[in-house]
Amino acid sequence: MSDQKKPKRRDFLFTASYTIGAVGVGAAVWPLIDQMNPDASVKALASTEVDISSVEPGKSITVLWRGKPVFIKRRTEEEIAEARAVKLDELKHPEKDEDRAKNPEWLVMVGICTHLGCVPLGDKGDYNGWFCPCHGSHYDTSGRIRKGPAPVNMEIPKYEFVNSNIIKIG
Amino acid sequence: MSDHNYVPSTKLGKWFNDRLPLLSLSAHLSEYPTPKNLNYWWTFGGILTFCLIAQIVTGIVLAMHYVAHADLAFESVEHIMRDVNYGWLIRYIHANGSSMFFLAVYIHIFRSLYYGSHKSPREVIWIIGMIIYFLMMMTAFMGYVLPWGQMSFWAATVITNLFSAVPLIGESITNWLWGGFAVDSPTLTRFYALHYLFPFLILGLVILHIWALHIPGNNNPVGIDVKKPSKDTVPFHPYIVIKDLFALLVFLTLFAFFVFYSPNLLGHPDNYIEANPLVTPTHIVPEWYLLPFYAILRSIPDKLLGVVAMFASIFVLVILPWLDTSKIRSAVFRPLYKQFYWILVLDVLVLGYMGALPPEGIYLLIARIATAYYFIHFLVILPVLGFKEKTIPLPLSISEPVLNESHEAVNNNKMSTE
Repeated sequence: MSDQKKPKRRDFLFTASYTIGAVGVGAAVWPLIDQMNPDASVKALASTEVDISSVEPGKSITVLWRGKPVFIKRRTEEEIAEARAVKLDELKHPEKDEDRAKNPEWLVMVGICTHLGCVPLGDKGDYNGWFCPCHGSHYDTSGRIRKGPAPVNMEIPKYEFVNSNIIKIG
Repeated sequence: MSDHNYVPSTKLGKWFNDRLPLLSLSAHLSEYPTPKNLNYWWTFGGILTFCLIAQIVTGIVLAMHYVAHADLAFESVEHIMRDVNYGWLIRYIHANGSSMFFLAVYIHIFRSLYYGSHKSPREVIWIIGMIIYFLMMMTAFMGYVLPWGQMSFWAATVITNLFSAVPLIGESITNWLWGGFAVDSPTLTRFYALHYLFPFLILGLVILHIWALHIPGNNNPVGIDVKKPSKDTVPFHPYIVIKDLFALLVFLTLFAFFVFYSPNLLGHPDNYIEANPLVTPTHIVPEWYLLPFYAILRSIPDKLLGVVAMFASIFVLVILPWLDTSKIRSAVFRPLYKQFYWILVLDVLVLGYMGALPPEGIYLLIARIATAYYFIHFLVILPVLGFKEKTIPLPLSISEPVLNESHEAVNNNKMSTE
């Protein structure tokens, strides 16, 4: 009875069986979990090209990219100046406007409020940018969060100017 | 369950019962001793069972005509409303049925809170009930997404985005939930599959809920333990069955009023506009039964903490049996608790009302105060009250107060005749 604490052959067999069993169950469950992730056909729609030649200054268009709205805003001089005049320490999520808009005239960003995913309304709110009607987040003319529950600025997607009239998002 | 020895009267019955004791079970259910002082607040268990069955039956019928695809879902619901024989009736029963289900479950839960039905020895019944309630909310939410109207789409977006508040892996979780980079067809099909599954999980839990109930037996308005079977109890059939059926009939009158006279009163007109991922409706609100939680979510200015507070508001209910330290169950004998109980009811109603209003100015302030009070009630008032409150002495049996009253009544009569 005294040598009961010493691991025996049987203890080893139990531990080994449980381990193999756990690995096997994990391997069997993984496909059932992973099937819910974005599938190949969804991922295939990775990029969108947009013609922006008809957008007037001060106006914006909204396009769908990967099922999400993307705002393409042609900003006026005042809007650019307003965005650039803001000091970084006034911002909840400090980002320079220069880093958000490669070409200051064009602001390209995912039009989804970073709070809970609603689409903010343009030319609204306390900072002349966007206002989310769902839970009251205010964004400035650079799409940065200024007031309300959203934690971060609106996301800038990967994009490039194919030529002066075409933007490729994604 | 084996507290009586039932012997079937026929030879066939005995043969079957020896192999599968279904007849014993049915005898147990019918003879089940029930406190004789149960009031009408105790009829909502039966009403809820009816609601669940009604939702399952109408839901299966709707599934025969509904198509779960982003391009076809909205149209197929209109097809149900216009073309399918009695489709309008079945869909309106199902849609309003969820509201009636929640109305009944809220009464049922507040009944428990008033009479202390969550306390020892009924904690497990209560916890199973809370799991059922949580599954009900998930089922109702996913069902609301299926018609693929504007409210459906944006409810799905906002609620799934709650998980994006999780640090580091938030985005991976939302993409996994959506099966894409936004709410779309893959989201709709999986919600449909789960909306079909969950009611059966609820049904299983309801069976456990009733099983756990039948171990200690029903609580009662006086909240004291009842000897069973005794003079204080009546058999479930026919006494409780008839009473439950009468209450159900009254409940169905209200149900029928909604279905036939104002089937869209509890819905939102925006949900008759097909889902559009580019435009969020200006004022999005969840269905009425989720409004108090929505108000809690919005009253916290931080995203992660808002989500945490919302889930915490449900979790405090799960651990309630240990937060409520009073040994006395019924509020009838707890003069202070009775007052706090009604303040809580008012608080939850205020939260619900604030959840329907825009989160600005004075509304936001009221919602914040009500949120704070909600947590104070469960985390501060209830634990302290159990030690501080001076309770009213309990009667020895549930018959005692009734008999004393009738004695007094008899005496009074004597006096008036003299």
